[in-house]
Amino acid sequence: MLADFGYGVLIVSFLLAIYAIGSAVYGYRTGSAKWVESSRLAMQLTFPMISLSALTLIYMLVTDQYNIGFVYEVTSRSMPVYLKVTALWGGQSGSLVFWGWLMSAFATAVTLRKWDRDREFLPWVVVVCSVTLAFFIGLVIFYENPFAKYWQTMSGDVITAMFAPAAAVPFTPPDGRGLNPLLRHPGMVIHPPMLYLGFVSFVIPFAFAIAALVTGRTDDRWIRITRRWTIVAWCFLSVGLVLGGRWAYDVLGWGGYWGWDPVEIAAFMPWLTGTAFLHSVMIQEKRGMLKYWNMILIILTYALVIFGTFLTRSGVLSSVHAFAQSAIGPAFFIFIGVTFIISAALLIYRWADLKSEAQMTSMLSREALFLLNNLLFISILVVCFWGVIFPLISELVTGQKVTVGPPFYRAATGPLFATLVLLMGIAPLSAWGHSTIKTLGNAIWKPLIVAIIALLAVIFIAGIYAPYAIIGFFVIFTSASITIYEFGRAALARSRAQKENYALALWRLAGRNRRRYGGYLIHLSVVFMALGIIGIEMFQTQTQGTIAQGQSIKIDGYSITYKDLAIFDTADNRNVARAVITIEKDGQFLGEYYPRRDYFYESQQPMTIPAVRSTMLDDVYVILVDWQPILSSGATFKVYHNPLVNWLWAGALLLIFGSLVAAWPDKEIDYVPARTRREKQVVYQPGAAD
Amino acid sequence: MKRNFWIVLAVGLLALLWTRQAYAQTPVPSDDAVNAVARQLFCPVCENTPLDVCATQACAQWRELIRTKLAQGWTADQIKEYFATQYGARVLSEPPRQGLNWLVYIVPPVLMLVGVYILFRAIQSMRKPVSSESGMNDTDPNGTDVPVSDEYLIKIEEELKKRQ
Repeated sequence: MLADFGYGVLIVSFLLAIYAIGSAVYGYRTGSAKWVESSRLAMQLTFPMISLSALTLIYMLVTDQYNIGFVYEVTSRSMPVYLKVTALWGGQSGSLVFWGWLMSAFATAVTLRKWDRDREFLPWVVVVCSVTLAFFIGLVIFYENPFAKYWQTMSGDVITAMFAPAAAVPFTPPDGRGLNPLLRHPGMVIHPPMLYLGFVSFVIPFAFAIAALVTGRTDDRWIRITRRWTIVAWCFLSVGLVLGGRWAYDVLGWGGYWGWDPVEIAAFMPWLTGTAFLHSVMIQEKRGMLKYWNMILIILTYALVIFGTFLTRSGVLSSVHAFAQSAIGPAFFIFIGVTFIISAALLIYRWADLKSEAQMTSMLSREALFLLNNLLFISILVVCFWGVIFPLISELVTGQKVTVGPPFYRAATGPLFATLVLLMGIAPLSAWGHSTIKTLGNAIWKPLIVAIIALLAVIFIAGIYAPYAIIGFFVIFTSASITIYEFGRAALARSRAQKENYALALWRLAGRNRRRYGGYLIHLSVVFMALGIIGIEMFQTQTQGTIAQGQSIKIDGYSITYKDLAIFDTADNRNVARAVITIEKDGQFLGEYYPRRDYFYESQQPMTIPAVRSTMLDDVYVILVDWQPILSSGATFKVYHNPLVNWLWAGALLLIFGSLVAAWPDKEIDYVPARTRREKQVVYQPGAAD
Repeated sequence: MKRNFWIVLAVGLLALLWTRQAYAQTPVPSDDAVNAVARQLFCPVCENTPLDVCATQACAQWRELIRTKLAQGWTADQIKEYFATQYGARVLSEPPRQGLNWLVYIVPPVLMLVGVYILFRAIQSMRKPVSSESGMNDTDPNGTDVPVSDEYLIKIEEELKKRQ
């Protein structure tokens, strides 16, 4: 009954989204404000409706209703309640409901804004959001129904179906299979919602871009409206990616955070175009240039958002044949194709309206450097996209699958990332419009000297001579010193001019131009993250050995001693093998740690939980690989020494803070006087046409 | 007798050398030596999982196979080739440089060069000569950007609001 209710509400939501599309298009074509308003209300109604459906599903998950196929697949009686709730996005059909839920929330939020000055955009924003929503809800209704129930047929087979097949009786398994153990981690609990929030929020700027193309209002208004949506989307996506890295680091037991897995890359690709877009829109805002390029970037971002979901949900990564057999794979493929073709057609149609209002006056101007930045992001995208789809092409053409793994990506993207970080430091020093080597040199030489001194310190004090490491450190030191110098210099100038103390001057300075200084904070966070990446990529060491009780493994000055091992069952159906180790450095005791291996009886899956001794300088990361039943026979440990890795996570925290600063609402300067005349010409004044 | 002694000594030394050489191959390669090769291979069964970290029983057996091969004196390249022959090219961390696989390595740099060309042409088409007195520069005398134009616009808008 409850399942029927949840499914029924979902169908109503789908119909509402379809209605919203129809009424918005009709309202636009006939100039009827009532129909457009009706579409807006229909769009808004989808949120409470899908919320009802999602909450129904969550209720069934929490109350162990194993007669529902999805509930049986992702939960079990022994799971804590919070994991049962998060199991909503632990399986395919539930995650699609979750996607739709977030989409309806964002679509509702955006339609709640004041539309007085942008009423011509409204119907097309509703159309784009509703089309996206209808697609995802449609997938749930027609292909991946989480409300489908178990039925036992006369022949004894158990099948899933929404309604009772002929001569079948309801079937309820006594317990569920439980959530994949790898997904029972706080990082994984938050990681998918963050990624989905990032994905969904990028639909909003795309919707406004399409609205601008359809209506022909191709000035920078759509960019200004969606600026904060874009920053928020980018922040969510960034946090989602970093959380995924943290989850991999904590759970997958390979001592790393990023394996260039196609699933990771699927989420990384829209981040690349989204970041390029964040920078590129500034050129349009400041100089009225690159209008068509911004459109291309946001269209690409939307396509990659759907493509990323398609890659992870269609089974195509396992095999192209699995994709063909999957129910939702072809539907995704068609949706991506159709939306991309329509968007591209609109862009071509409006191409002439998207001409630049200004000219490029210098190869060293900020807009030129931002263009170079965009080229680098798109180059990384090309590498990633090609690396992901080539195995599929190979399988299609030759029948043989190949792996495009980390060595390929590292070699291809390493120099591009290094150049990007360097450019990230230099570009803010360049002026809009015109810049010369002399002006740029004047601005850069002081922080550059600081960077060189820091680099020399690293070389001679830390004894680092590896060429790639030196290049890496030079790049991040330069970028960091320029960014800090920019903060310091501006705060000092304000402190002198306003006679404020330095901290207050810095605070007020950032407050007066949040976007700029929020951006600098984000740049600094990227430097932190780059430091962590250099540490683990270039200086990670590892060793593995089998040792008896009391014996030690040594790595980079650390001594890991095996003390004890306990094997026991837990109340939540796990068999735990837990070792006790101590870590010492140069004879100094640092602590006792407990690497363990959990075996989940329900899903028959093991999970490795490393012991990590963590500081900002390095991590000692110990995995219990194997053990002998008789304690004295020994246990096998794998030990990683990961220098500087925690700067990666610290950088992520700073990134969130920087994004908040950049996205924090200012007192918006409305172009009210300039718009008054235009609004009189706009068709969608309430009551104007009806 | 003396001559026989030297012959026996020489044969004995040779035998000792031979046995030492054979003995030198016997020690079991360490876990680190095995993992150094295994990390260059991917699990033939699991999706995108390097062989050195794969937790399945099958992968444990494959790592033991690597240990055996190393003990027999095989090089890392020979072992990789063996695995590729047995389980297909997907076990290698990069596609072998042959046939269609060359596209993996050629397409990205070609597209990047095309991108550089397009960027160059775009900048060329957007450029115009600028005089030293150009009013386009919104930088301060130190050569750094200050958001003058924004604040200027803000003031104008505030004035317009007041006048409304």
